[in-house]
Amino acid sequence: MLRVEDLHVTRGRTKVLDGIDLTVETGEIATLIGANGAGKTTMLMALSGLLPVASGRLELNTPDGPLDIARTGPVDLVRAGIVHCPEGRQIFGRLTIEENLQLGAYLSDDRAGVARAVAGIYDRFPILGERRAMKAGNLSGGEQMMLAIGRALVAEPKLLLLDEPSLGLAPQITEEIFGFLEELNREHGVTMLIVEQNAMLALELADRAFVLETGHVVLNGTGKELLDDPAVFEAYLGVG
Amino acid sequence: MKMPALSPLQAFFLLVAVMAGLVFAVTASGNGYFETFAALTLINVMLAVSLTMTNGFTGMFSLGHPAFMTLGAYVTILFTYPVGRKGFAMPALPEIIAQIHLPLPVAALVGGLFAALMGWLIGRLVVHLQTHYLAVATLGLIIVVQTFALNLDGLTRGGRGITGIPREATLSLIGVCTVLVIVLCWRIKHASLGRAMLAVRENEMAARCFGIEAFRVKLLAFILGAGIAGFCGALLPHVVSVMSPKTFGLILAFNLIAIIVVGGQGSIMGAILAAVFISVGSESLRRVEESTGVYGVTQVIVAVALISFLLVRPKGLFGLKEPFIRTS
Amino acid sequence: MSDYLIQQIVNGLSLGSLYALVAIGFSLIYGVIRLVNFAHGDLLMIGAFMTFGLVASDLVPWAAIPLLVLAGGFLAGGLIERVAFRSISGAPMITGFIVTLSASVAIQNLALIFLGSQPRNFNFPEVFRMRLSIGGADVALIDLVIPVVTLLCALALTTFIRKTRAGIAIRAVAENPFAAQLMGISIGRLVFLVFAVGGALAALAGLFWSGKYGQINPLMGFLPGLKAFVATIIGGVGSLPGAIIGGYILGFSEIAFVGFLPPEYSGYRDAFVFGLLILILLVRPQGLFGEAEQERA
Repeated sequence: MLRVEDLHVTRGRTKVLDGIDLTVETGEIATLIGANGAGKTTMLMALSGLLPVASGRLELNTPDGPLDIARTGPVDLVRAGIVHCPEGRQIFGRLTIEENLQLGAYLSDDRAGVARAVAGIYDRFPILGERRAMKAGNLSGGEQMMLAIGRALVAEPKLLLLDEPSLGLAPQITEEIFGFLEELNREHGVTMLIVEQNAMLALELADRAFVLETGHVVLNGTGKELLDDPAVFEAYLGVG
Repeated sequence: MKMPALSPLQAFFLLVAVMAGLVFAVTASGNGYFETFAALTLINVMLAVSLTMTNGFTGMFSLGHPAFMTLGAYVTILFTYPVGRKGFAMPALPEIIAQIHLPLPVAALVGGLFAALMGWLIGRLVVHLQTHYLAVATLGLIIVVQTFALNLDGLTRGGRGITGIPREATLSLIGVCTVLVIVLCWRIKHASLGRAMLAVRENEMAARCFGIEAFRVKLLAFILGAGIAGFCGALLPHVVSVMSPKTFGLILAFNLIAIIVVGGQGSIMGAILAAVFISVGSESLRRVEESTGVYGVTQVIVAVALISFLLVRPKGLFGLKEPFIRTS
Repeated sequence: MSDYLIQQIVNGLSLGSLYALVAIGFSLIYGVIRLVNFAHGDLLMIGAFMTFGLVASDLVPWAAIPLLVLAGGFLAGGLIERVAFRSISGAPMITGFIVTLSASVAIQNLALIFLGSQPRNFNFPEVFRMRLSIGGADVALIDLVIPVVTLLCALALTTFIRKTRAGIAIRAVAENPFAAQLMGISIGRLVFLVFAVGGALAALAGLFWSGKYGQINPLMGFLPGLKAFVATIIGGVGSLPGAIIGGYILGFSEIAFVGFLPPEYSGYRDAFVFGLLILILLVRPQGLFGEAEQERA
């Protein structure tokens, strides 16, 4: 699905990503863990075309053959199925819930399809359906996260990028969200790349995991392998 | 290759020498056109340097200089206009003032102080405004002042304008004033007040955390700028001998902004060089306009050049720096 | 009601509508990119001269003129975005500011070069010079047409912003451009759209302005533009209903100032408008409908 080779990204004068290699296969949940400032968010921004790539190959497999992500603008990347659910949810608080979901499918001209997709989200999260005409800014943090994921799903992603889905949520709600992500993956086959600070949670869910440190991938393996790795445990899972 | 840097004292003597040489050479040439042009260029230099302080140091975006110039000009003319003709030209003038005649340097100081006073009154209301609001409020101020000048025709002769203003602003007087204004703004920039202004420009919140009273610092910059603008406005009609409500308007505000943007919005040296460059440039273009009869080309070129310049060098010639001079 | 009062109300409605038409564009553009487009007022002048050219050339039936002026204003507004704004997008706000100010100066002086500095008198088609009697007051037909057309435009625009996909996208960009990009919204295209729609309405205001006052010149757009921005501030910059209501508040206060104070004060009407601006900025800087905005670094 996604192949990244020797990716370098600079922001201002700082090298943020310094030679990243990573692959995500179709149907997998991959996760990127690491400390603050390791370059996780930058990685997702590069994948959705929001930051220029200094060098390296970024390839997305599509039915029409491989797509060079570095040479594709953000609009066409959304069209190709890379959908980015950003850190801090970033829902449109002054728009209604319905309008937020409609915007998820901004590029689709199949209005009937969009209506079906939106109805599907309301089925899964009835609370959103009940409040569809309400301003999204009035929702609680957990509900906003559901809306943010729902908004991303309406775009029918082939590769869903999630940036810190647990940020600022109560543990119980975080678990609910992660349960939903797992359900999406198992039942609908959505491929995901999740950036997470809560490494334990992410590793339990992930088929494949990458540990990022100051712009390099220092470790990779299956989620289970990394969970059992004492070095990872010490650095990212230890208490404190 | 690196230019040898001068100490501020050396730079001061160099400035005085250049100014004296310029004044002497132009006066000796006896060419009235050159003399007027040199005088107007020096006034532009003073305006640009003072706006560099008001806007450049503090990060405010005031377009109000022409308003304060108009105020300074009219107040000054009340004291310098020939006493014998005041009764006819300015019937609304109180008898006490009508009898007074002051030499231009004194009268211009009065005009500048009046403008500074108005700067204080208005600045208290507007300096806290965000960029675009301050810009519109000060543009509005230009129109308010023009409206009053137009309507108080017992003092200003309204739209007919005042003619026959004594040409007392000699080039040597203007040269001395220019040196003084440059030195004043230089001293401010490199004193604690200037550092406070620059801190406010970089990050007003952080500056406040260090105990800098952002409002007072901005207000002070606004008042000083208003005073110098008023003083310059006072001098100018005494170069060209006429004054009307629309003499100082939007176009002047725009040209001053152009000068300080090119100079670097904070560099005194940049403002001086840009003022000279743009004055000479637009004067040459104006002569082309006159010979071809196509008016407006100069302003179009200045505007387009400014946009292109911003694209290539968004920080202007020098940014905040003062090239060629050691500042620490 | 006295006929004088009726006349003043009609005048206020008509002037307020013109401010509202121009203010809408200011508010749309500011809402999306946080930029005050100083060249916006000059689109009123462009609209007026287009009207003048079309009427004078006598090439098209008069009923087609408003549509052509709207289309011309749409293109002119979009052109300003492409030429002046597109090049500096992403630069600090102060740069955007200076660029639109430069664009305004350039447009005014280009107009001086190509159209001449002499004011031109204007003969609007016969139908609009008709006068009616309402409750004994003698009222120009155009002063009634202006508010009706303005309200229709405002209604159409509000529906567009509320209901259509592009309208929702405009509101999304206004709130959070970063997240809007993630939806696949092309911000550049929407910015073009708001400049163009604002331009069309300002040009329409120019058509009405020339018909109402019967005289046009290359610098005519600046002052009404600046006053329309005052109207925008009164209503709350970035708010569409605010721009419209602000336009009417300013129109009525200006007419009241001129119409109900002794005539020797009427020369001060422009000073009054900007005095009002300073008062509003002191009392309620976010305007009637604006949301108080955090200071941006």
